[in-house]
Amino acid sequence: MSELPPFLLYFIAAFLVPASRGRVRKIILLVTPIVAALHIWLNIDTGVLSTYSVLNIELTFMRTDKLSLIFAYLFCLASFIATIFALQVNDTKQETAGLVYVGSALGAVFAGDLITLFIFWELLAISSVVFIWARGTERAIDTGMRYLIFQVLSGVFLLAGALVQYQATGSLAFDHIGLEGIASWLIFIAFGIKSAFPFLHNWLTDGYPEATATGTVFLSAFTTKVAVYALARGFAGEEILVYIGITMACFPIFYAVIENDLRKVLAYSLINQVGFMVTGIGIGTALALNGAVAHAFSDVIFKGLLFMTMGVVLHRVGHINGSSLGGLYKSMPKTTAFCIIGALSISAFPLFSGFVSKSMVMAALVQEDYSYLWLFMLFASAGVFHHAGIKIPYFAFFAHDSGLRPKEAPINMLIAMGLAATLCIFIGTQPQYLYSLLPWEADYWPYDVTHVLTQLQLLFFSALAFVWLNKRGIYPPELRSTNLDVEWIYRKFLPAGIHRGLIFFRNAKESTMTAAIAPMYSIRYSFSQSTIAKYHLSESWPTGSMVLWISIILVAYLLLDIFVYG
Amino acid sequence: MQEHLSILLVVIPLVAAPIAAMLPRGRMPWMVTLMVTFICAILAGMQLWTVVHDGTISYELGGWAPPWGIEYRIDAVNAMVALIVAGIAALTLPYALLSVEKEIPERQIPLFYSAFLLCFTGLLGITQTGDIFNVFVFLEISSLSSYALISLGRKRQALTSAYQYLIMGTLGATFFLIGVGLIYSQTGTLNMMDLAERLPEVSGLKTVHTGFAFIMIGVALKLALFPLHLWLPNAYTYAPTVITIFLAATATKVALYVMLRILFTIFPDGFVSATPTGDLFILSGMAGILSASIYAIYQMDIKRLLAYSSVAQIGYMAMGIGFASAMGVTATIIHLFNHALMKGALFMAVGAIIYRIGVCRLDNIQGLGRQMPWTFGAIVISGLSLIGVPGTAGFVSKWYLVLAALEQEAWIAVAIILIGSLLAVVYMGKLIEALYFKPATETNLAVKEAPMLLLIPTGALVLANIYFGLDTELTVGVAERATQALGVAAK
Repeated sequence: MSELPPFLLYFIAAFLVPASRGRVRKIILLVTPIVAALHIWLNIDTGVLSTYSVLNIELTFMRTDKLSLIFAYLFCLASFIATIFALQVNDTKQETAGLVYVGSALGAVFAGDLITLFIFWELLAISSVVFIWARGTERAIDTGMRYLIFQVLSGVFLLAGALVQYQATGSLAFDHIGLEGIASWLIFIAFGIKSAFPFLHNWLTDGYPEATATGTVFLSAFTTKVAVYALARGFAGEEILVYIGITMACFPIFYAVIENDLRKVLAYSLINQVGFMVTGIGIGTALALNGAVAHAFSDVIFKGLLFMTMGVVLHRVGHINGSSLGGLYKSMPKTTAFCIIGALSISAFPLFSGFVSKSMVMAALVQEDYSYLWLFMLFASAGVFHHAGIKIPYFAFFAHDSGLRPKEAPINMLIAMGLAATLCIFIGTQPQYLYSLLPWEADYWPYDVTHVLTQLQLLFFSALAFVWLNKRGIYPPELRSTNLDVEWIYRKFLPAGIHRGLIFFRNAKESTMTAAIAPMYSIRYSFSQSTIAKYHLSESWPTGSMVLWISIILVAYLLLDIFVYG
Repeated sequence: MQEHLSILLVVIPLVAAPIAAMLPRGRMPWMVTLMVTFICAILAGMQLWTVVHDGTISYELGGWAPPWGIEYRIDAVNAMVALIVAGIAALTLPYALLSVEKEIPERQIPLFYSAFLLCFTGLLGITQTGDIFNVFVFLEISSLSSYALISLGRKRQALTSAYQYLIMGTLGATFFLIGVGLIYSQTGTLNMMDLAERLPEVSGLKTVHTGFAFIMIGVALKLALFPLHLWLPNAYTYAPTVITIFLAATATKVALYVMLRILFTIFPDGFVSATPTGDLFILSGMAGILSASIYAIYQMDIKRLLAYSSVAQIGYMAMGIGFASAMGVTATIIHLFNHALMKGALFMAVGAIIYRIGVCRLDNIQGLGRQMPWTFGAIVISGLSLIGVPGTAGFVSKWYLVLAALEQEAWIAVAIILIGSLLAVVYMGKLIEALYFKPATETNLAVKEAPMLLLIPTGALVLANIYFGLDTELTVGVAERATQALGVAAK
């Protein structure tokens, strides 16, 4: 039994779902994560290795150690919560895609070689885009296409890297890779795209806010976490990751503060949180790696919770613009409460899950003498509290009363949010259970005086800053605006540049035309009026040109053969 | 019967052709052709089995011993190609019944099937024979009948494209014959094995080199090697659907087989790399992949789009030949097989659309994907295979080709293979976008799914695409054997 890869359970369910209807289908959807989790819990232990031979290559579908197991548990848990949340959606495409998506994420974390990883990497990309396309709007289809291009590109890099690696070493095993040679850089870029490195992150902020209300909950949990897993396995301890991670943690804050679409705010804050994990991986000590993994675990849950609350608002109100929401707490008290729990967790309040995981990364930074980087991280933590901890709940549920009185969330959504909120508090108060799952040996306990005090100071002062700015009217108001990010380069600048360039060349061509080639041009024109041209320049190629090609090739070949090769 | 297998494969369709022509109108000619193709497919399967288990078959025609008489000589390469030809024919025929009744005037149907059988004979003959002049004869049989078949297309352009193909094909055949003549003048033999023995002595002569150039260009024309592909888009676009399916999946493959045989079996080791041949193939392959894929993106007619995509795919095979390594030739042979599967499936699915709405321009098929879900599914899966997504047959051949390119450290070639896949995503994407994402027009809303008789053969090929993507034992195994049989030196 231990050799049965868990992703198969999801893929089988993905076949059953379109074939069933109504209650049966919902039961399949709910039971799959439970069965998969039980299977992993009871049957699969560390150290399993099973291969399957395709194409003369051993595909390792199962390679388990504590690192892959903790991600597997996490994915089962996240898919269970997200499935409950999406239970009222009746859309075969999304339901099937969801199962394939989660299954591929599980397949990826158990993959023991680069080709298997590549297969699931691409499946993740293809199945996830369904959540964006399911929105059905023209905009969503365009966004989905851009998203897909990024994701597939990442897969192409991964495959290219794998091939070069195979050529160089003869091995496709997916273990520690390290940054040496072309192969590792190709793979690094592939992982980088999926984990939203700066300048490669636009698929995330572009795509996630366009997905369906329930789709974003799925999306936020898996793609980037698979990438974090892959980085942790392949590139732990590469120093460049520390700097990349810190950039990721800091720059989204500016965008998140001025962004109006609240789900886009969350998308930016997702990059910011992944930044903490990437930093942890870059430091590479046992404590830091544990911190990265633990933070991935708690992030999936609290970020999922926040996306769920925003999903509820989107579901009930129909849009998610901070400028025209507000006062929703009056009719949605429970959702508001859950949102606040999520906000407290992401801001790393003591007793909530973010605190117990993020403080590990911070402690590791100090231990490894990255003290000025530690200051940047402090800034990033304050920023998180600012945009995710205060801004999200404040503008959605409080602020000025927008007069909207939507109904409270449907019961299944409440259950899902309740589960996630409970977990946030549970992990925050009883971190020993999470710590026992962590892959590396490291003795750490977050609740000591220094940590708690530093964190509280930080939080209260940034709360103060928000209140002060808000009361003085200096805080950037929520405006309907489009904020420019790197994507501007390829969505506006490059097309416009190419357009300009083309116009320039056309003008240049025309001026040369009139000056020098005009007489020839007129001859050509009169020729084009002749019957020969009309007959020969039709859509298909004239027979004569083919004969010409034949003679060119024959002559060229013989000349080369005699004079160059002979 | 066992020992006559190889000759039966040629004689049965040859005898059946005049019979089909003489049969009364109605479904009888179809029945006869169906029977013949099925029998041939079974025989070809048995032949491959025999070759794989018992080794090369040598059959002396009329009891005359080679090299004086004509010899049919079957090893893993031609047994595999013969199976492709016969197998695709056997799958096309059930499909043909309805499609032909719709597209061909009733009084011409017996003649249509008769010409089809002749074409089938010619293609099988090329694969079976071990005599180079005999190759020319069968080449002409298959070509002449395919000109006639293409000209039967519904549009008037079918006539011009058939005429164009006729000119090109005849040129190709003439070149081939000139080359054979030149080589015969130096070696005094036409038997392939005999040629292989005698050519090393004379391979330095200019006459032999010139003869080789003529033969190679003649065959390159038949296999539509870029830039000698110009006849192909028109021929595929305007031919009757069934003929497009059959020719796209088999004719270029057979020509490719002839090319492999000449380059690697008949001419001595190292000839390809000592002459500009290898570079020519790599260059033309790369140019073909890029330009034909870009052409494909801008086509409005789906058949034409797929035709250009075929030219691009031939580019991949040419590249494999150009590497002249065991790995490269293996990749070419695998792709030869897989491409027959995917293009067959794609043209069949498009044919199902033509069967329902009569045309296949991108602006006419909007929203049909929802009306014809099975056909759409077939297009998507075989399209994925064309792109080379893992789990489909297309991936296997691209994988081997990339490995072959890496082995030669041809980085540009690797990049172009990957770019070619991306371009394939674009043109298949256009097709899928029109079929599924565009809203259906009024008239398209009334369209029903294609009849079962069209769907079943399509489905069979689509499943084959997936099956050979997962189980590569058969394709890779046979292709490796075939490479050995060709005599490509392993590195």
